[in-house]
Amino acid sequence: MSKIKCQCGHENPFGTVLCEACGRPMTEEAKNSEVVDMRYEGSARRSQTYKRSVIDKIWNFFSSVKIGVAIIVAVLATSAIGTLFPQKFYVPVNSEAEYLAYYERLYGIFGTLYYKLGFYDMYNSWWFKILIGMLGTSIIIASIDRVVPLYKSLKKQRTKRHMSFMKRQRIFGEGVPQQDVDVEGAFAKAEEELRKLRYNVKKEDGAILAEKNRFSRWGPYVNHTGLIIFLFGVLLRGIPGFYVDETMWIREGELRSIPGAPEYYLKSNDFIMEMYTKEEADEVFGEALDRVGSIVKNYQTDVTLYKKKEDVLPGSTDMEFVKDYSIIVNKPLKFDGYNVFQMDYRLNELKSMTMQLIEKESGKSFGEFTIDLDDPKGVYDLNEGARVNLIGYYADYDGVENGEPVSKSPIPNNPAFIFDMITPEKPQGEKSFVAIRQTLETEENAYQVKFVSAETRDISGLTIRKDKTLYILLIGGIIFMIGVIQGSYWNHRRIWIQKNEQGQLVVAAHTNKNWFSLKKDLDKVQDYSGLPTYVDRQDTDATSEQEEGEK
Amino acid sequence: MELASLSANLLLVSFIAYLVATLFFGGAVKKASSETTYKKSHWGLIGIIITVIGFLTNVGYFITRWMASGHIPLSNMFEFTAAFGMMLVGAFILLFYLYRTPSLGLFALPIAIIMISYASMFPKEITPLIPALKSHWLAIHVITTVIGEAILVISAVAGLVYLLKHVDLTKPSKQRFWLEAVMVALILVVGFVVSSTTFKLTGYEAHFTYVDKNEKPAKIEYNYPPLFGMNGYEAQTEGVMEPVFEMPAIVNAKTLTTFVWSVATGIVLYILLRLIIRRPVATLLQPFAKKANSQLMDEIGYRSVLIGFPVFTLGALIFAMIWAHEAWSRFWGWDPKEVWALITWLFYAAFLHLRLSKGWEGEKSAWLAVIGFIIIMFNLIAVNLIIAGLHSYA
Ligand code: HEM
Repeated sequence: MSKIKCQCGHENPFGTVLCEACGRPMTEEAKNSEVVDMRYEGSARRSQTYKRSVIDKIWNFFSSVKIGVAIIVAVLATSAIGTLFPQKFYVPVNSEAEYLAYYERLYGIFGTLYYKLGFYDMYNSWWFKILIGMLGTSIIIASIDRVVPLYKSLKKQRTKRHMSFMKRQRIFGEGVPQQDVDVEGAFAKAEEELRKLRYNVKKEDGAILAEKNRFSRWGPYVNHTGLIIFLFGVLLRGIPGFYVDETMWIREGELRSIPGAPEYYLKSNDFIMEMYTKEEADEVFGEALDRVGSIVKNYQTDVTLYKKKEDVLPGSTDMEFVKDYSIIVNKPLKFDGYNVFQMDYRLNELKSMTMQLIEKESGKSFGEFTIDLDDPKGVYDLNEGARVNLIGYYADYDGVENGEPVSKSPIPNNPAFIFDMITPEKPQGEKSFVAIRQTLETEENAYQVKFVSAETRDISGLTIRKDKTLYILLIGGIIFMIGVIQGSYWNHRRIWIQKNEQGQLVVAAHTNKNWFSLKKDLDKVQDYSGLPTYVDRQDTDATSEQEEGEK
Repeated sequence: MELASLSANLLLVSFIAYLVATLFFGGAVKKASSETTYKKSHWGLIGIIITVIGFLTNVGYFITRWMASGHIPLSNMFEFTAAFGMMLVGAFILLFYLYRTPSLGLFALPIAIIMISYASMFPKEITPLIPALKSHWLAIHVITTVIGEAILVISAVAGLVYLLKHVDLTKPSKQRFWLEAVMVALILVVGFVVSSTTFKLTGYEAHFTYVDKNEKPAKIEYNYPPLFGMNGYEAQTEGVMEPVFEMPAIVNAKTLTTFVWSVATGIVLYILLRLIIRRPVATLLQPFAKKANSQLMDEIGYRSVLIGFPVFTLGALIFAMIWAHEAWSRFWGWDPKEVWALITWLFYAAFLHLRLSKGWEGEKSAWLAVIGFIIIMFNLIAVNLIIAGLHSYA
């Protein structure tokens, strides 16, 4: 594309609004405006310049802040709808039919609709992912579209600006020095004061450009980079291997391999749940305990971590001790990039049951035997040659189906047994079905297996995580913070001072934000050097306030 | 116990200080003819001194309560909301330091006062920490978030001043309607405080059993006459009013009862006020806003978002994610409270972009700031009481 040549001789790229060097307005619009739009220094941006091809159109679409804001608002609105009812992962059922039933039961027609529209799993829906993708695209394109020309024009800016540029600044003043100094004296004093206020002062052709905190202009681009890095990290989580998320249930006394961490084993030594007691809570918490009843103080699993020995044959379970640790909420076990969290528990799961064999009529006992519910043995030998064969075990007995007892799960929530009782008197054996609080016999038996006692233990629910993307996310977050602070807590201020054709002083100033502080700076310079008064063309109240003061 | 009661007294002192300071700021604005004149007024100076004293005693409340309980007082609804009120005053002092304008104090302090009164309606006893909250991240995350939100709310205060000055209240318009709606919302909160205090003073109590949403039996205590009964309720207290409606299990009928009583009280208060003054309530405040400098209010509105946004991001998103990773094993879980923090953040991001590129300054920007305030309050109040996820304090 052709270049546009300014009257000052500088060649600007096509699409430039304000001459990069002297600031003269280059477009009709800029020439007609009273206060010139200083965004991106009036530089030529791709999106404002090329509008033909499909790529141009896509580029322009995503670089528009209007579209960017629309995308942000769309993400905001979808997120909000997702909090209307609980999301799928907070609903304690498993199948799709049950989900529908759940939403329908609790929320009626709205629940059904919520389910049908897919809002119950909003944040995993394809449209939500597409929105996030568009957000990322928009941030990237909008930033590139602006940062390059902005960088170039800030680098090329000249100290001396054309009067048409000065006059179109929001802050502008013109006239002879207010104090008893000549123009040159005012220049010198202004320069002195500006340096004191830590401005970078450039002089050229009898003009001054005082500039401060230009780096803050890069803030948005730095923070957008941080956001993109963060989104990239989130994207990576979709790739297998970057991310381990497993759960395990481990019983007291049990040693298990850690899912997701193939080299490691964990033994649970104890699960502890503590409540706040009245005594320790003393007067401070007493009132609260009275009101809400008991409050949990601690959930804890004491574990020992083992690692498979390195130089052993595959399949071997030779292990070495790594460490003892107490996993509590907020203090996960950490090793080798893995984190193991205390997430859940179940108290008093049955561990073993002790039974005895008796003769019904006399009540005579042949002794007791203990069934380990994890690993029930087939035969239990008792006194006087009596014996009990365990011929059927149902850990989580759930009634009889097709004439067979069935177990709902392998967890001993409701154990049931079929015993074959062999006694000197009935050597052919008698069969009996025993479940909690019930005994069934096919025909009347002479002997009976009776429940004596049960031993329980607690189970810890642990979550195992290894997340290689965390560092990427953290770096993204840090870069975002740096950028957003850089752009918000500093602002780019510029003050131009030069002479007009009549030899009077001309002052103009611009900042990207925080005009109040810029004016305070200017006031200081004015007081010290006698620069002419300026007006803030956007502060309409200020003029009326002054008039009031004069009345 | 010593410390706990000292703490309560300090809070009371700061509460009174804020009330008095408000009067002084009112005096400063009333006596002056414009922003430039009242900036120099002695009334304003006294106002800010009393505010600072109030803030220091408020911090004293916070520290003594921390010492009494052994954990940072940010673990239930009372503590959190009271801290919000305190930080709001802190944020105001920060912006006063930058801009020295009493009109900001005149509107910021009453909001802090309402917030602290609101907080005081919740059970105030010191509760022990549940395991999930036992972490130094509780202090780091919540304090940062509250500071960030408080600074963001100052933007809405400046916005309100701007709107009160610029919206024409003499003829009906959309703007007048919504501005009055904001006033009504504030009066409703006062309605909650008034009704709750009334029933507390009379010592009202009614116990019920009910069936919760997982179809388990549960118990509940009402402090208001029960307009709405919980799902399958049965009264356990003799001689109390029979609930008028029974609610399905997903509705917390106790919260609904409190809500309806508060709204009713608020509406009665509002109607009384209207009957007395015979014009929109906003007109009562307008004279105090008229003298503010629009450009300055607009700038404060923008600047407080610029200052608050990074702090909010750090506290409500970054620290939150780090802690969530430590406590719940995932840095983000789409819990309603988390989602609403994200929504707040996205909203202010949208605010900044609109301002920057579409030139949404002045009135539009002021409205946005007020909406931001509503979102923050929604997250504080409604999400806790209604949507209640993992973060629920109630
Ligand atoms: C959630 C996502 C986003 C966040 C948190 C964010 C954050 C920011 C912040 C804090 C600023 C500085 C604002 C100020 O100083 O007043 C900014 C500027 C900007 N943002 Fe974003 N942004 C996001 C998304 C986007 C999108 C989608 C676009 C695409 C159009 C975009 C385009 C811009 C532009 C053009 C600027 C101004 C740059 C300049 O002044 O040089 N941003 N952004």
